[in-house]
Amino acid sequence: MATVELTFSALPAHVRTARLVATAIARRTGVQESLLDEVRLAVGEACSRAVEAHRLHCPGEPIRIELRDDLGRFEVTVTDSAPSDELEHDRALLGFDDPFGQLPDDVMAGFGIAVIAGLADDVQVYPSQKGMCIRMSWPAATNGMSPV
Amino acid sequence: MDLKLDHHSEDRLTIVEVEGEIDVYTAPRLRELLIDLVNKGNFHLLVNMEKVDFLDSTGLGVLVGGLKRVRAHDGSLELVCTQERILKIFRITGLTKVFGIYASVDEAKEAHGRDK
Repeated sequence: MATVELTFSALPAHVRTARLVATAIARRTGVQESLLDEVRLAVGEACSRAVEAHRLHCPGEPIRIELRDDLGRFEVTVTDSAPSDELEHDRALLGFDDPFGQLPDDVMAGFGIAVIAGLADDVQVYPSQKGMCIRMSWPAATNGMSPV
Repeated sequence: MDLKLDHHSEDRLTIVEVEGEIDVYTAPRLRELLIDLVNKGNFHLLVNMEKVDFLDSTGLGVLVGGLKRVRAHDGSLELVCTQERILKIFRITGLTKVFGIYASVDEAKEAHGRDK
């Protein structure tokens, strides 16, 4: 098992970096070219969600990504430190009924996990008081990550 | 790639040209442009996404927000997009039923002219 870990501050600009790193590692791990767009989008969604959650609750805490080559699967785990039930509560307060069109456009943020579920081959979401962990994986070459 | 935005008007239709990546970092710029256009009385928008490399749910949220704003003025917000990787995210979220999506600017202009 080979693992790459990345931590980044909860800044939107870093989400692109996380996407690029994840796509590069996926390619090296042997994920098919046709799946790399899905990896890029799913990792971007998970990181965007984490950044938004941290900006609401704990902007000083870093977000962690683990990228793992595990027995013929490329596995990505995005872990944040924002209490996920409070986040959902905040979003519930925003609501979707907006007759005056004055709500921020990020009410669509809840779509992120739905998008991930539609993209990743295998997804598990673990919400908790200490933060949310999103684990997703795709098939990869069985020989795993190159040692180079 | 960063996000490049441009726009011009043809008759009653305002065409917004978008190039690059629409994500949590760049989407606020697109949101500001759409709000500004609506505030200046442009209620029929066509967003050309043919040069968009990446779109996530934050970008979708901005487009939906724009659609809400123009609809408040009996306007429209439609898209030009033929890229499968971009269309896929619209399909996953069911938003293909919400937006008019055309294969080219000319096709969209033709449809817009018919609807007038």
